[in-house]
Amino acid sequence: MRAMVLKEFRELRRDRRTLAMIVFMPLLLLVIFGYAANFSVGSVATAVVGPHADQVAAALPDFFDVTTVDASRTAADAHDLVQRREVDVAFVADGAKARALVDGSNLFAAQAVVSVLNRMGDQVSVDVLFNPDLETSWVMIPAIIGLILTFIGTIVTSIGLVRERQTGTLEQLAVMPIRASTVILGKIAPYFLLAAFDMTVVTLLGVWLFGVPFNGNVAVFALGAAIFLFVVLGLGVFISTISQNAGQAIQAAFMMMLPQILLSGMIFPLDAMAAGVRWIAYGLPLTYFTMISQGVMLRGAPVDSLWLPLGALTLMALLIFTGAVLRFRRDLAPGRGHAAGRPAHHGDHVASQR
Amino acid sequence: MSAQQAWGVRDLTVTFGDVVALDDVSVDVPDGQVVGLVGGDGAGKTTVLRALVGEVRAQRGSVHAPPASRIGYLPASSGSWAELSVRENVDFVGKSFGLRGPALAARSETLLERAGLTGARDRLARQLSGGMRRKLGFCLAVLAEPELLVLDEPSTGVDPVSRVELWRLVSEAAARGTAVVMSTTYLDEAERCAALVVLDDGHVLVSGPPDQALDAVTGTVTVTTSPTHPERAWRRGREHHEWWPPGERAHGQVVTPDLEDVVIAASLARRAGVPA
Repeated sequence: MRAMVLKEFRELRRDRRTLAMIVFMPLLLLVIFGYAANFSVGSVATAVVGPHADQVAAALPDFFDVTTVDASRTAADAHDLVQRREVDVAFVADGAKARALVDGSNLFAAQAVVSVLNRMGDQVSVDVLFNPDLETSWVMIPAIIGLILTFIGTIVTSIGLVRERQTGTLEQLAVMPIRASTVILGKIAPYFLLAAFDMTVVTLLGVWLFGVPFNGNVAVFALGAAIFLFVVLGLGVFISTISQNAGQAIQAAFMMMLPQILLSGMIFPLDAMAAGVRWIAYGLPLTYFTMISQGVMLRGAPVDSLWLPLGALTLMALLIFTGAVLRFRRDLAPGRGHAAGRPAHHGDHVASQR
Repeated sequence: MSAQQAWGVRDLTVTFGDVVALDDVSVDVPDGQVVGLVGGDGAGKTTVLRALVGEVRAQRGSVHAPPASRIGYLPASSGSWAELSVRENVDFVGKSFGLRGPALAARSETLLERAGLTGARDRLARQLSGGMRRKLGFCLAVLAEPELLVLDEPSTGVDPVSRVELWRLVSEAAARGTAVVMSTTYLDEAERCAALVVLDDGHVLVSGPPDQALDAVTGTVTVTTSPTHPERAWRRGREHHEWWPPGERAHGQVVTPDLEDVVIAASLARRAGVPA
């Protein structure tokens, strides 16, 4: 018994990844659930427009964080501000009774706004845009599309690549007359296509089964999804370079997916998170894809209003995908391109100079 | 390549961290010959082969090999894709080497027939027996008729009948002019090579044709039932063979060493600091 326990501890001590999971996972979960697991939105970004904007803005409770007060702007401008997600709610003060245009795609903020406005009585009429019934599924499904892409991109891709390493055929590919870039592209192209197919199916099912609207431009959505796919495929390739077997790949992918599920805004609203945790969320690719998918599908957000998530994902794609591919390439053929210390006798036949 | 110059490695040193895997190793692999690398686990056989195919980086020395498109490689692993059928494996590798259409069909037909795999062409590689899978790996390695064929323990774990068949395929490849280098732990196989290189702990102990290698032993080998120095003796059937360094009076009946004796005696001589 003692020998068995000792052996187990020795093995565990050398399995750094499991050890890290045992130590850091409880800490991570504690931090996430302590600081991020909060459905209560404390304040919402607010705009007030119309001839009586100043009076209405002055009368609003502190819950409304008024960032814009503009008497010259109209109801159409207010709609535009909400659609571009510059604010969570826009008040139109152009008559006897102000109108509140609430962004229903930001579910928890919208619920909080409606609740506060209801307590204010009939001073303001409420118009919930993009998700009038505040359906949870309408907000979740665009985010779940990202989750599915993440699953295929990281777990399935990394397992596919690690299997090749485990069976020794990666070594064989490395010495075949195929360029490293061809091997890598050939390996990930099927996963890219599978993920794209899955995304299409889930989007169509979401629209068909749950009545989720698709108000925006399909091309913008496809662009965001394609960039996001490069990011998650890059993560999958990266995981494969740090994993020796499928178990390790799943473990690493799980450790990368969990924070994304919890912190991307899919479950807990970003606005309700503590500032430190929110900044972690802003470092996660799923956060930005969720912004794009919800923006395009629910709000019909124009491409120029999505420059931040599109730009952030593009930067991540360049860094992660390029880095991962270079690591994989290095693993593929460490002997290629490195001449030995002494020149060879007949250059065209020197393997180490290929 | 000129007639005088063979593929191979010259004065090669490879290190992995602090471990010297190969130390000033030279191996020549002439056209039309089978060169065998012999040695125990960790001797450096696989490192020589991996250096030849560009899989490991050399610290010193040089590697002389044709371009990747003219090298056939059978790694120590199965050498085929488990979830592809025999036909699909051949198709993938053939196309990767630029073979297409009737040329690929004819070549794969011939090879699979020679390897006795024609009836198994629609079976998945993972469904093949160990010997059949090794033969498939060999077929993939020679598919594009390489100039240099690099085989890492092609017959390890293979049943005796399949070993004979594999050896026949290797000999046929050499007869067509291919330079073949293979590692093996089977000394009977090594004796059939045109030349062999005995490696120990990253050093070349003996190299040359097998008959010359048999003369390469330094010191004397005796046969005995009770060895005088157990650390210098090894069991051969019911008896022991014992190595005596040059200058030391040998006890027991002196025997003419065979390849196994030569490999062990050379290894003991190196550890004792006796020059070859």
